[in-house]
Amino acid sequence: MSQDVDPLLEIKQTFFQECDELLGDLERGLMAIEGGDHDAETINLVFRAVHSIKGGAGAFGLDALVRFAHVFEGTLEELRSGTLQPNANLVKAMLVAADLLADLVREARGGASVDPSRSIAVTERLRHAAFEPALPTAAAETGDDVTAAAPSHPPVQDDPFGLGFQPVVISFDLESEPEPEPAAQATWIVDFRPAASFYARASEPLILLRELSAIGTATVELDETGIPLLDALELEDGYLGWTVQVVTDQDRAAIQDVFSFVEDDCAPTIRSADAVAAPAKPGPPAVARMVEQIVQTFPAAPPPVPDTAPGSGTVTPFPVQAVAPSPIAEDPQAAKQAAAPQSIRVELDRIDRLVDIVGELVINQAMLAQSISESGMGRASAVVKGLEELEHLTRDMQESVMAIRAQPVRSVFQRMPRLVREVAAMVSKEARLITEGEGTEVDKTVIERLSDPITHMIRNAIDHGLEAPADRVAAGKVAEGTVRLSAAHRSGRIVIEVGDDGRGINRERVRAIAIAKGLISPEAQLNDEEIDNLIFLPGFSTAAQVSDISGRGVGMDIVRSSILALGGRISIASRPGHGSTFTLSLPLTLAVLDGMVVTIAGQTLVIPLTAVVETLQPKSSNIRWMGPDAPLVVMRDSYIPLLDVGHRLGYRAEPLQPTSGVVLLVEVGNGNRMALLVDAIQGQRQVVIKSLEANYGAVEGIAAATILGDGRIALILDVEAVSAMPQSDAMGQAPLRLAVG
Amino acid sequence: MSKTVLTVDDSKSMRELLKLALSSQGFSVSQAVDGVHGLEVLREQAPPDVIITDINMPRMNGFEFIEGVRSTDAYRTIPILVLTTESDAEKKARARKAGATGWIVKPFDAAKLADAIRRVSI
Repeated sequence: MSQDVDPLLEIKQTFFQECDELLGDLERGLMAIEGGDHDAETINLVFRAVHSIKGGAGAFGLDALVRFAHVFEGTLEELRSGTLQPNANLVKAMLVAADLLADLVREARGGASVDPSRSIAVTERLRHAAFEPALPTAAAETGDDVTAAAPSHPPVQDDPFGLGFQPVVISFDLESEPEPEPAAQATWIVDFRPAASFYARASEPLILLRELSAIGTATVELDETGIPLLDALELEDGYLGWTVQVVTDQDRAAIQDVFSFVEDDCAPTIRSADAVAAPAKPGPPAVARMVEQIVQTFPAAPPPVPDTAPGSGTVTPFPVQAVAPSPIAEDPQAAKQAAAPQSIRVELDRIDRLVDIVGELVINQAMLAQSISESGMGRASAVVKGLEELEHLTRDMQESVMAIRAQPVRSVFQRMPRLVREVAAMVSKEARLITEGEGTEVDKTVIERLSDPITHMIRNAIDHGLEAPADRVAAGKVAEGTVRLSAAHRSGRIVIEVGDDGRGINRERVRAIAIAKGLISPEAQLNDEEIDNLIFLPGFSTAAQVSDISGRGVGMDIVRSSILALGGRISIASRPGHGSTFTLSLPLTLAVLDGMVVTIAGQTLVIPLTAVVETLQPKSSNIRWMGPDAPLVVMRDSYIPLLDVGHRLGYRAEPLQPTSGVVLLVEVGNGNRMALLVDAIQGQRQVVIKSLEANYGAVEGIAAATILGDGRIALILDVEAVSAMPQSDAMGQAPLRLAVG
Repeated sequence: MSKTVLTVDDSKSMRELLKLALSSQGFSVSQAVDGVHGLEVLREQAPPDVIITDINMPRMNGFEFIEGVRSTDAYRTIPILVLTTESDAEKKARARKAGATGWIVKPFDAAKLADAIRRVSI
């Protein structure tokens, strides 16, 4: 049954997936601690992450990983218990340790192997950092002394788990008694007397008797003399004792092993039968301790009968000992953080299939609605009402399915702090990363394809954007540069910004390069924004010499085309001396959208509803003219440029008279508004997005296509692109028209 | 009738490992992802013969879970084993104080689990 798939391998994969999450938690927690937020909750989160990685790694025999996780865990344990206070160097060391842990996980997964000397170096670094005062000092010279004086960090063990399932060593000295010859039959006398705590922990005397009988021939004697009179009998107390004589060829350890879980609760004594004859004088201190132990276990007047039978009779509240509340329990925030979402893993294929099916359902429902409305059935008829209900359900279902695919961008963002550290170190710059909006959700496919562009933009920001520390100081800035990565939802899209506070784009140079490479003509009149955006042109590279970091043959043009392929846009804004900001805008989902279906020059198009702010049937009093081809629409005292979509897309040669169409006020990037003129509005509908690129080819101003209820294909307008498009006479390609059918 | 074991662990891989190992020893296994869930599962199902729980878990840790189990009459006699590492002496003590019956030292294998279960269940 397990021929085809090794279940262990599968579980190992699950473990690695968990590691990704745990490493993310770790990174986040450490960043919080670095930011001064070292409350118990955060430290616990970090500890738990490392602890869980260690636990799993142990189960799969990933020794290198276990060893280092063990060291790291030791440091965190001291932080957790308060014996260690975080200092700046310790936090830095822990961040480096987290990176190493991530690399060890990757190695275990079959990735690049990690030089063992790194583990040793990081271990040393952790130890050194641990003994620095809360404020970092120049303590480098103390070197070995510091290490030597160090209170115990758990040593790196060669085999931390080699012990296996050994019983805990019993508390009294055994050497003082004569051991019978091994392998010879010996007789042992075992006494035990379970206390109340024994029963409170659901231990069971019967099991001990059974286990002792399994070791050899056992003779059991019950001591019930401790049972008090009925009125003095405490239901929860333990009153019985047993003496078991075991004849066996096994040694004392085997008998001790039986009591490994309960030795504190039933004061077991194990004597060799020979020793029994000896006078019960105090003798060795170990025996004295033992006697003491027994006395403590049975204070004052001994004892009645235990009630061990489950479910028997009277119900008294069980005296559960007070346990020191854990930090987690005390912390009011814990519950919140605790509510960490539970999850199951589902293959993406299954969800994609569900998305497809729901998409078809939406189309079918739309078709059905259309045929019913054409059949002239009354609005109040049961069919129409049922259909409305169906529409609601379909919509709910669709949203739920989309929510399954939606994920916070955190998974991408959390990889970036490390990138920033590494790139900054490589180019000898100082940089810190600020992230915002990590919880912003977006479709999984979008997230997956975000990682590379963001990585590249961050590299770019550090390598090209930030100045060297000395230059920054000379320019009156702090030596450490800031890279800001943020995500937010804006008009139905996700907007991601990567900004730096570096030198900004050197427009003179960009322009000169573009001319030198023949990308623009020397006469071209370009405004600042246009110059900035030249860096997205294919074949453009500003680095005078290709550096290790961002010049790996991947230019910003590749970033741009990968964003465009997602139906996104990218732009850059820059202020000389103050830095640059890349802005990405992407659709939240690649599957469906709420659309406004409009007629434009006889064509049916869909405009994403998320972009539409309001609609207006303009009168001539609403229209002003900036020039013969530049109408403005007046809406609540503001003047908004009016754009004839049909003319812009090349569907008609002459612009439509504004008063004979309908105006849609739409929001484009940066919160700007634009008025789109269309011929008529047909209605609102949910449409399933079908990629135009995949089925036809990219068309400027068009985001995708869809199938309408009556089976016709309609194009979905890319509002932002249309607004930014040049006039139709400048368009290089013929307008795309779709035949009905 | 095979014995039933409830495993409580926030790590899926650990849950699956436990399940694999326990099933191979003929136990039937139910699972919970943390203490809160563990108590829910207990309420919904017939009491298991043994509970195996992790300590470090979000929402409700192993100590609290054990206390929760022990404070309910119907579950007082269910043996509880905690998963620990050999370096967890202090945790072991705390777990015992909360009412744990025994412990399993990680990493475990099927034989080790079966041995620990045998030691706590009739």
